[in-house]
Amino acid sequence: MSGKLDLDPALVARARELARRAGQPVVDLARSHTTVSVERAVLRLAGVTGADPDGIPWVNRLVDAVVADVGLGHGVAAPVFDAMAREQMTDVTLLAQKAAAGSVRFTQPTGRAATAARKAARRAVAAGVRRIDRRRAERDRLVKRYGDPAQRPWIYLIVATGDIYEDIPQAQAAARAGADIIAVIRSTGQSLLDYVPEGATREGFAGTYATQENFRLMRAALDESSKELGRYVRLTNYASGLCMPEMATLAGLERLDMMLNDSMYGILFRDINPIRTFVDQRFSRQVHARAGIIINTGEDNYLTTADAVDEAHTVTVSQLLNEYFAHEAGLADWQLGLGHAFEINPDLPESFRLELAHALLARELFPDAPLKWMPPTKHMTGDVFRGNLLDGFFNLVGTMTGQGILLVGMMTEAVVTPWLSDRDIALQNVRYVLGAAGGLHEDFVPAPGGFIQRRARRVLGEAVDLLERIGDQSLLTAIAEGTFGIMKRPADRGKGLDGVAKHEADYYNPATEILEGDRP
Amino acid sequence: MTAPAEKKIVRPYGDTTGDGMVQVSFTLPVPHDKRAEGAAVQLANKMGIDPAMLVHAKQMGDGFTFFVVYGRVNHLVDLSQVQVVERDFPLLSAKEVNAVVKQKLRRKLSVVGACIGTDAHTVGIDAILNVKGIAGEKGLEYYRELKVTNLGAQVSVPELVEAARREKADAVLVSQVVTQRDAHLHNTREMSAAFREAMPAGKRPLLIVGGPRFDETMTGELGVDRIFGRGTTPGEVASYLVHALITNKKARA
Repeated sequence: MSGKLDLDPALVARARELARRAGQPVVDLARSHTTVSVERAVLRLAGVTGADPDGIPWVNRLVDAVVADVGLGHGVAAPVFDAMAREQMTDVTLLAQKAAAGSVRFTQPTGRAATAARKAARRAVAAGVRRIDRRRAERDRLVKRYGDPAQRPWIYLIVATGDIYEDIPQAQAAARAGADIIAVIRSTGQSLLDYVPEGATREGFAGTYATQENFRLMRAALDESSKELGRYVRLTNYASGLCMPEMATLAGLERLDMMLNDSMYGILFRDINPIRTFVDQRFSRQVHARAGIIINTGEDNYLTTADAVDEAHTVTVSQLLNEYFAHEAGLADWQLGLGHAFEINPDLPESFRLELAHALLARELFPDAPLKWMPPTKHMTGDVFRGNLLDGFFNLVGTMTGQGILLVGMMTEAVVTPWLSDRDIALQNVRYVLGAAGGLHEDFVPAPGGFIQRRARRVLGEAVDLLERIGDQSLLTAIAEGTFGIMKRPADRGKGLDGVAKHEADYYNPATEILEGDRP
Repeated sequence: MTAPAEKKIVRPYGDTTGDGMVQVSFTLPVPHDKRAEGAAVQLANKMGIDPAMLVHAKQMGDGFTFFVVYGRVNHLVDLSQVQVVERDFPLLSAKEVNAVVKQKLRRKLSVVGACIGTDAHTVGIDAILNVKGIAGEKGLEYYRELKVTNLGAQVSVPELVEAARREKADAVLVSQVVTQRDAHLHNTREMSAAFREAMPAGKRPLLIVGGPRFDETMTGELGVDRIFGRGTTPGEVASYLVHALITNKKARA
């Protein structure tokens, strides 16, 4: 790890060790708690599908019914499959419907009944996990057949009309115009829904609802595009908010390729309860690991609320924590799309050199991760001409520092949702920079002891200092006291807390057992 | 503020006074060919650009072409006839809002928000309150000097009054999206009446409602201090709070 920045390997190792120390208590917490969304994800793997006439998914109705009878702390798998045996049923969705009608009572089985229920639950969930395995194998086959994009970084474009049937032609047009990855932005506020909507949807607020059917439709459309274009076009959605574990599960079942999945975003920006978030996050990452999905973390968001120079080290700290949590959950380095962003005020002298230093620091700290490089948003104004220039410099940093995933910046950021022409101009910008300077990272070596090296080392030093401070008081306390961003988020507050329970002694979750037991 | 000025005519400026030169770009849903370029010039002419110089045309995808046109626009602008609707409060940055609250109020300004009645659409209240915000603007939680309590959806009016009392709310923000049978109007009237009943006039928090279907002029009829309609940003709400509660407080009393 000498690299281009000449970072001190001992300091880098110290940073990782401190991140582990800060993260360990959170992992312990995640291992000893469950949430309604984790349990719903287990039931989805076991085969529960569909929703009641009001649009409330059967998994929600079934978990609610179990919780009402025996509580959440045992896990729902054993009580559900115990009831299946008693009712002599084979279809879990049917059981959910009966339970919703109030005609099934749940108990926590003991003795032989418990052994039998666990065995049946594990068999059903294993079938769901096998479906995810098959989708992963299918992706591997398609990537082999059609190939990966010819260049790095991969080009990532967003579509979001609110109507999945409008999104599809837009996504296909974007792929034809050069996008390697399509992200479908979710409807505003979906992260705060404690259920996953059902079916194909044609209405959303500034985005399209993430549903299993919408996932399926878009993936099928992009498979067509992959065939037409001779390269595998990837699909991205969001495993965030209150339904993280279920989103991850549905993404695995429908062969999505990347998922936004940050360890702290929901806590800080959506006021979701910290424990709920960390429990949900660990499960969702275990599913992503199994499904071969690349996660994208959300460090870019810190810089939209905090100063990109003064708070640069908080990005590094969050990347280190995200890496620790991801590894712990079984994700490999190639699955870590750690985020960072080009958000320094362009009026600041040497802003471009500072950006280069920060981007290179992330590259050198995480050499095997496909970093996700996010475009300027905070300093984009209605001046679209200046915005296009700024995006050009953003693209240049991306290629000079070997970023893995480049989210295409729009000159009309903060003006309109991108028009067809905006997207075309933005892609033209990317193509020019990658075409003209795609190999520049080979020649670009910052001067030893120069501005860029000094800046990168300083940010790393500040990150270590912050991690030292967190280490003495635990991450939950740090979050409660407003260390990240400026939001104070105590562990006993926030949305979704009532859906969290501590494991009882006989807690059973076949999905966790399978995901932890036989990692590929 | 300014008295009606005498007639003053201006035209766009390219590089010579009075040349009237403008630059526009647009997309037409046609493939790029001679006819498409003719269509672009025709559109420019109809926009008042004559002569129009088509300087760039590029096909995008199958059936779209992007154009850049330069030309002389024949419209005139009379500055004395320009009418603008002035916002009745100055728009402040987050920094300025924080500074005013800190200096003038010398404590955190307490804001309580909720969706009342059966309305479960928290999109509006979350866009205004959550740090995440909307359209690139951070929500009120982001403001250091504001103490925000977001009660979420389906909050009853008594719960809201109680929370406002507990949090010593300076302002109460209520979001209403559902408008079936004028539910948003009934709910708002019920809310404002409950606050009038529960608290003396001087002690009552500032009452603000927002939602896409409100008529911003109905404040008196609904018994609230302010109505915000579609497209309101957190910055506007924060600026209004500072204006109504601090810088222009006397005017309200």
